[in-house]
Amino acid sequence: MSKFEFPPSIGSRPVWGTLEPRVGQAHLFVADAQGAEAILDVATPELMAAAHIIFITRGTDYADKLRALNPSQFYEGPSYDAALSRIKRVLSDAKMGLQVYISGTESLMGQMTNEAAQAGVPFESIQTEHRGSTARRMQCVHCKGFTEEVETDPFVCCHCGLNLFVRDHYSRRLAAYQGVCVDAEDPGNVPAQKGIYE
Amino acid sequence: MSAPQKAKAGAEKIAVTVSAVVPVTEYVTRFEFTRTDGADFPPFSGGAHTVVSMEDGDRTRLNPYSLMSDPTDLSHYAISVRREDTGRGGSAFMHSQVAPGDAMTITCPVNLFGLDWRAKKHIFFAGGIGITPFLAMIGQLEQTNGNWELHYAARTPESAAYADMLLAKFPTKVHVYYSGQGVRIPLESLLSGQPLGTHAYVCGPAGLIDLVHDTATGIGWPHSNVHSEEFLAPAPGAPFEVRLCKSDKTITVGEHESLLEAMEREGVDAPFLCRGGSCGQCETNVVSADGGFIHRDHWLDDDDRASGKKIMPCVSRFVGTTLELDR
Repeated sequence: MSKFEFPPSIGSRPVWGTLEPRVGQAHLFVADAQGAEAILDVATPELMAAAHIIFITRGTDYADKLRALNPSQFYEGPSYDAALSRIKRVLSDAKMGLQVYISGTESLMGQMTNEAAQAGVPFESIQTEHRGSTARRMQCVHCKGFTEEVETDPFVCCHCGLNLFVRDHYSRRLAAYQGVCVDAEDPGNVPAQKGIYE
Repeated sequence: MSAPQKAKAGAEKIAVTVSAVVPVTEYVTRFEFTRTDGADFPPFSGGAHTVVSMEDGDRTRLNPYSLMSDPTDLSHYAISVRREDTGRGGSAFMHSQVAPGDAMTITCPVNLFGLDWRAKKHIFFAGGIGITPFLAMIGQLEQTNGNWELHYAARTPESAAYADMLLAKFPTKVHVYYSGQGVRIPLESLLSGQPLGTHAYVCGPAGLIDLVHDTATGIGWPHSNVHSEEFLAPAPGAPFEVRLCKSDKTITVGEHESLLEAMEREGVDAPFLCRGGSCGQCETNVVSADGGFIHRDHWLDDDDRASGKKIMPCVSRFVGTTLELDR
């Protein structure tokens, strides 16, 4: 089961959508892990004829299924960072009329939305769909370091070692949720760790 | 949120003196204004318009015109007016009655067609007299070395107002197409080759505006990256009677006047800004109606129209037996 219904939250928390085919000159798909399922659901031969799929496998085996969709270009890589130079190049060559489809984890959707928007892709041309892991990309508000793959609350900042409380307060600029020291007043008094959505 | 209520309808007025009347083409004349009090004009941004009051006998005509002068030069404002011989008479009045030295009244600028500053590039499409707002936009963008290009369609070289000046100043950015020579703007190839972050702007006849919107969205541009402005002139129609509840008046809208003009004639201070169906300021609630509306504005959406509860008096009309408005 790759779909997860996020509980209602504050206004700054992103709301993800469901991919749908759009009219466009070119279609850029960026997905990680189970995000591949969203591409498989939306793909049509017409879309694939002008599609570039950038797939970040993260240890999954969807690549062959995506390749079988016969997109005009296909890239497979291990991580977002590994794919980023290719993504930047694709965006710098792209024209208005490009449609962007991002599916998978919140970390990927946040960072890729940012990258596309900075390249000038209008927000109306960017679609997202959450699939797979609900782990968060967190920024420590104290040392500003990012910790990826955060599944528990609280967690330990992988840069400065503080115990951080997982907030729903989100920064589109950073594509990250805020982590705030949970035991600043009373060092060592850290609540029991639990899953973010438990 | 509702719009702030102003003491008096329309934008604030400025007393001006006509400082120059310059023929530009056979049909287009430029009118330049200075402030009667000698001060500088208020700053404006490219795409803004002013509403010019014309005292034509016992009738006051109020027509919106795009400001075309350079926004960095506030010593004068300039508009260019195309004479419409089959129009309602405003442009003919400007051409035949207005002379240098005349005192006139115009409104402070209102901009419903501004540049989107998020754009990485601006591409302009002008048809005929639709060139005017782009002249001011270009003046503004040149101050910051902005990234723009203009595609300008006109009938003939003789009728293409300001084309020579633009081509001389910006030979690599300005492209002019003459339909009389069978040359059209190659919209599809232009719109399909624009870098990410481009915003398109179109001003001119309804056909060109629709074509740019349709071509752009047809290849995947979002609506919010395509901007247009078309001032509608009120169309004539059968006279109709209106009951104005708040003013406690029953008035008749004549064949050649708009509902807004009829209310003003009767001394009703009805709100307005653009008088061309674009700004939304004159939106009026319908109390009751027995008949049908002729909606001509660019403001009300389909739901508003279907509800039969709203009308834009600047350009829209009514056909039926009774109409009561909340004004």
